[in-house]
Amino acid sequence: MAEHSYTSRRELDQYGFNSAVALLVPLGCILLQAVLPKTFPRLAIFDLPLIVVIFFAVARRNPIAGTITGTLVGLFQDGLTNHPFGVNGIAKGIIGYAAASVGYAVDVDNLINRIVLNFGFSLLQSGLLYLIARLLLGDMTARLLPVHELIRAVCNAALSVPVFYVLDRFKSRD
Amino acid sequence: MESFLSRYKNSLVLIVIVLAQAIALAVQVQRPKNAMGGVEPDGRHTTVLRYWAVSLVSPFEKVIHWSSFDVRHVWSGYVGLRHTHQENQQLQLELARMRLEQAAFAEDAAQGRRLQALLAFKQQYINSTVAAQVIGTSGSDSSRILYLDKGSADGLKPDQAVITPNGVVGKLRDVFPHTAQLLLLNDATSGAGVILSSTRIRGILRGTANGSVQINNLTADSRIKTGEKVITSGGDMVFPRGLPVGVIQSIAPDPQHQPYMAITIKPDADLSRLEEVLVITGTQAVMPVAAQQDAAAADATAAQQDAQRAADIVAERLPGADAATGSTGSTGSTGGEPVIPKSPGALHPDKYSPGAPPPADEMTPGAAAPK
Repeated sequence: MAEHSYTSRRELDQYGFNSAVALLVPLGCILLQAVLPKTFPRLAIFDLPLIVVIFFAVARRNPIAGTITGTLVGLFQDGLTNHPFGVNGIAKGIIGYAAASVGYAVDVDNLINRIVLNFGFSLLQSGLLYLIARLLLGDMTARLLPVHELIRAVCNAALSVPVFYVLDRFKSRD
Repeated sequence: MESFLSRYKNSLVLIVIVLAQAIALAVQVQRPKNAMGGVEPDGRHTTVLRYWAVSLVSPFEKVIHWSSFDVRHVWSGYVGLRHTHQENQQLQLELARMRLEQAAFAEDAAQGRRLQALLAFKQQYINSTVAAQVIGTSGSDSSRILYLDKGSADGLKPDQAVITPNGVVGKLRDVFPHTAQLLLLNDATSGAGVILSSTRIRGILRGTANGSVQINNLTADSRIKTGEKVITSGGDMVFPRGLPVGVIQSIAPDPQHQPYMAITIKPDADLSRLEEVLVITGTQAVMPVAAQQDAAAADATAAQQDAQRAADIVAERLPGADAATGSTGSTGSTGGEPVIPKSPGALHPDKYSPGAPPPADEMTPGAAAPK
């Protein structure tokens, strides 16, 4: 029987993913995010790619991997919108970095922690997108709609529970 | 130095990646001008990147769309036909009513065209359209973009107007070989020139961050009322003049742009549930042949109605006229010839009825009147 030895909690809780999973899950989520609001317009309030970025970041606990994953997913999302490339790229890159860093400090397998993390990062992303539009793009018409963003954060937090549960199946020890 | 890099490796990577994207944003904000003097939505490199992203997603979107379309088609084609006969009858009644309405408007339209010709007014008629299916969205409620299943291979070009039978929905943004981006009217970067139909006040329609459509370049005016129809002005060189846009839903002072008003428009087309749209690929200064035929048919119906009205007036003044023609509310013409009403004769003969009194040689002076 193979014997494992872990030297720290970081290594104990650090997970890896199959390459196909790491590639196809974000792609699938971006596709779902693009297709579902056509039939159910209200689903556009969710941000499935954000939830996936947070999941991979907290599971890997590697800030560089989190930053790169977030940036790539964000840039892909930018490609489907009419925003310049980098709006979602910057926001999700920062979220990926922050989520991986927070992953050290809290038990991310705990349900409450997962909900709070997703709620907080959803709000953080809304704030980042607003700042990017205002400061980097100089868009003075950009508005932050607090109630709408709160609802979005609640929706994302609620959706993260089943999504994390499903994605947990794909985790593997490095 | 090495320890510094290894210690702050994570933060440095983040800073480098964010900085690179910030510089890329600054480059993209300066949009190149096109040959017409307008501004392109994207630079060449950005368009290529966007094309890659869209090319990766759109085949899956098309597969999902057509598979769901087949399911819906089976349902609507076979299962959901329960009330079709009843609906057909209702639609036929509605069609008859619409034909009469069209005939009523035909005279006004003809008069309008004559006046436009006198004033050398250049009207743009929709010449050709391409029907396209909506296959996907941008996936973000801050970017109101839809993806269509047609592209430059089907004759689509950027900045072409997109409509539905209900009204205007937006214009094309980036067009790829087999896919196109539709920028909806309610996107924050969208705009259109409009006219308030009854007051003829011109304004500029814009989308907002919360997805509503507003005119916010007009000051307070007591003539502007809720419920007024809004149509395209044609001044933006994108949307042909006279297309329905929506109705005024509310009028309120715009706190961001005093002293202007925020006039919120309810679009005639349901922008959140678009399935099929028409892209206007060509306009022309003369009325298309099909429209000319429709106008001629409407003129004929109007003339028919006029003749009918004349016959009705005659029938009203001469109550016996209907009995002579053997019908009530007759069309007043048979094969294009007007019918001259004939008297059928009196029901109760009297001295005034023609032919009622006997010839004079048969009458005896002082005798009683014949019964």
